[in-house]
Amino acid sequence: MQHDHTSKQFDNEMEAIRGAVLTMGGMVERQIRRAIDAFGNDDPDPLAPILDDERIINNMQIEIDRQCGNIIVRRQPAAIDLRIVMTVIQIVNDLERVGDEAKKIALRARPLAGIEERPAPVRGNEIGRLSEMARAMLQAALDAYARLDVTAAAEVIARDEQVDIEFGAITRRLMDGMTEDARTIAATLDALFIAKSIERIGDHATNIAEYVIHIVKGKDMRHAPLEAIRRETRA
Amino acid sequence: MNSSVAVPHPRLTIRDLSFYYGRLQALKSISMDIPANHVTAFIGPSGCGKSTLLRTFNRLYELYPDQRTEGEVRLDGTNILERSHDVTLLRAKIGMVFQKPTPFPMSIYDNIAFGVKLYEKLARAEMDDRVEWALTRAALWNEVKDKLHAGGNSLSGGQQQRLCIARGIAIRPEVLLMDEPCSALDPISTARIEELMRELAEDYTVVIVTHNMQQAARVSDYTAYLYLGELVEFGHTEKLFTMPDKKATEDYITGKFG
Repeated sequence: MQHDHTSKQFDNEMEAIRGAVLTMGGMVERQIRRAIDAFGNDDPDPLAPILDDERIINNMQIEIDRQCGNIIVRRQPAAIDLRIVMTVIQIVNDLERVGDEAKKIALRARPLAGIEERPAPVRGNEIGRLSEMARAMLQAALDAYARLDVTAAAEVIARDEQVDIEFGAITRRLMDGMTEDARTIAATLDALFIAKSIERIGDHATNIAEYVIHIVKGKDMRHAPLEAIRRETRA
Repeated sequence: MNSSVAVPHPRLTIRDLSFYYGRLQALKSISMDIPANHVTAFIGPSGCGKSTLLRTFNRLYELYPDQRTEGEVRLDGTNILERSHDVTLLRAKIGMVFQKPTPFPMSIYDNIAFGVKLYEKLARAEMDDRVEWALTRAALWNEVKDKLHAGGNSLSGGQQQRLCIARGIAIRPEVLLMDEPCSALDPISTARIEELMRELAEDYTVVIVTHNMQQAARVSDYTAYLYLGELVEFGHTEKLFTMPDKKATEDYITGKFG
């Protein structure tokens, strides 16, 4: 994104928050990978690196919010600058919560690692595939933000529907498993919470994509139907 | 009691400075350090003493017989308020730019050269270089290089103010005082002067008085809030505008004043 304010310092400050969001986004994405790897590979202590980075991510949220506050008070941003600053505050909030979901996944993965009879969607790797969909959505949303690409943002939003459908299917299979054998309920609930966390990551990626459209088009897309979003981003 | 921050490299050290217009005390025992190579802003409502404080730094008050100071303002270790301190030399070290552009009724070139000639004897080529340097530093060179011998009054308001800044820095002062330098200018010219202040702060100590709080927030590194002749709070601009120490400061910057 090219800024050209008379004040170079203003340009630098805007570039700094943009870069910080992308750095934070990269770290959060790595958290998801770690959580999913922990889930698949029976890592004995998947949590330690996730907890270490979570502290850093939380601090980044606070620091970026502080920078945005300073820009508002010192630069009085207007129009697209105002939307960028307000959006950055929202994006880091979503990113921090994606980080929390990653931690929850890793926490639930630990009890699942020890048991022999894993729920069917875990064995069949449906949950693994769902997580890959959500992670790719987050990556695409951050790319769309980096390039302020509304077409790419609209595609991310469209993909959330597929994540929701897959999540519904996994939920049904987990219910079937519980009906067949009550001894699997504990493991099944762990698997269900993991699937739910992954589904939430898709929602946060969708939010970020909606903010990108808000920045570029000046239209708030948070509660708009997909058709309206497509119409808005086509031109 | 002042709420005042310690600054890394003070250029001006102010201690217990009081100022009197006859019997009226306009500044009440002010102590603060003005940091070198930064922009410091004085803010506060009309009559709070911010312009008075700025004007003591180059002893502008000496033009008026019933105005006097108590206390110290130290520059490079000496108290510049002492009568024995040569006021002409002082003003070579501490330049001033006023609210309304005040070009001399002479050419653009001579506006710059005039002040330099008071302090230095330069050969023609050296003077040419100095004029170009000052105009370049003030971000005006490209606009006037082809008409250096046109009158200073032929320039626009924003250009005239940059000419005055060029004139101020041509004598290579250590400190540049600016009293409401943008209040007669449009927003575009204001933005250019503000950007210029940031650039000048790399080499000079810049002190600005402004009615416009947002301008102080934009351009300054440090901000002092004055009220009724007292320094209420002095600190990092970022801190003062986000988490001021004093309730009085917060009321002023949030517009809950009076």
